[in-house]
Amino acid sequence: MALTNEIIRQNLIEKFGEQITDWEEPYGMLTFTSDKDLNLKVLQYLFDEPTLGFRFMTDLCAVHYPEKEGKELAVVYHLHNLKENIRIRYKVFTDIKKPDVFSATALYSAANWMERETYDFYGVNFVGHPNLKRILNVEDMEYFPLRKEYPLEDQKRTDKDDEMFGR
Amino acid sequence: MARPVQYNINDKPLEKPYSLVSGPDGFEGQGFFAAKLSDVVGLARKNSIWPLPFATSCCGIEFMALMASHYDLARFGSERVSFTPRQCDLLMVMGTIAKKMAPVVKQVYLQMAEPRWVLAMGACASSGGIFDTYSVLQGIDQIIPVDVYVPGCPPRPEAVIDGFLRIQDLVGDEDLRRRNSPRYKELMETYGIQ
Repeated sequence: MALTNEIIRQNLIEKFGEQITDWEEPYGMLTFTSDKDLNLKVLQYLFDEPTLGFRFMTDLCAVHYPEKEGKELAVVYHLHNLKENIRIRYKVFTDIKKPDVFSATALYSAANWMERETYDFYGVNFVGHPNLKRILNVEDMEYFPLRKEYPLEDQKRTDKDDEMFGR
Repeated sequence: MARPVQYNINDKPLEKPYSLVSGPDGFEGQGFFAAKLSDVVGLARKNSIWPLPFATSCCGIEFMALMASHYDLARFGSERVSFTPRQCDLLMVMGTIAKKMAPVVKQVYLQMAEPRWVLAMGACASSGGIFDTYSVLQGIDQIIPVDVYVPGCPPRPEAVIDGFLRIQDLVGDEDLRRRNSPRYKELMETYGIQ
């Protein structure tokens, strides 16, 4: 029997019950959320359970929602079941003041560089990552450029002013 | 069928099958010629500039057109584009330089032997261009001194030839002592070199 969103959902509810929330299916892609301390348990279950078998992490990224007090940073996992060719999206939210999320590197090797990238741009501190340092930006950068409080433009320039360049 | 736009309709015949640069001013007599050393050295240098292309994006494509037969930078004595900085006189930085690339540009510049010149081609190399963002260096003059800026996005090969001729003027007129002068050292120190 082909794996469907409904089966995945039933499996997860059986295992985790009320702990997984915010079920959605935008464009047919099952999306759900859980507490951030649960992320490794959920990922491990999705990985190990024979009927689910999400063995491939396609993407890991973060989103900054400045208006969500206490849940400013979302870490989004995109998982793929290669056998059934079905994809899911799993989110955890964390406080920006203490952005600690457990690292998924032990489970998915692909998470290594993607977690470094997420740290680089959003400052999510992945607990247990073997080498959490900047990957794309210059090493001496002092901030996390994709957080919303930082403007896109380089603020150290003096020759581009608001009047001429609309900054 | 004739093309709608034609170039060189009035074909200008060559005066000679080859062209030579005219010699420097000096005193000539039977069996001797006396001129300023700096003029002779400048003449030799300016007509044999070896460029080092540092091409990172679309300006580099324009540079390839410049080196090819149609625009032919070799006419100006730059037949040989060298890819080793140690043999080159002119660093041509063409394209967006990300901040992470900045140390590489600087290292390439440091590996070049004096006297060396730098040409910044295009908006990105000159000022960061449209990439007014945290990851892009806002002009290579933040890390190395630049002699000539060629504006454009990307500049046409004619514009780069013009910039190259400006470099030739600088090279030809340069005082032989300039690179040892305190002013030059001061300039280098503002970039943290030496």
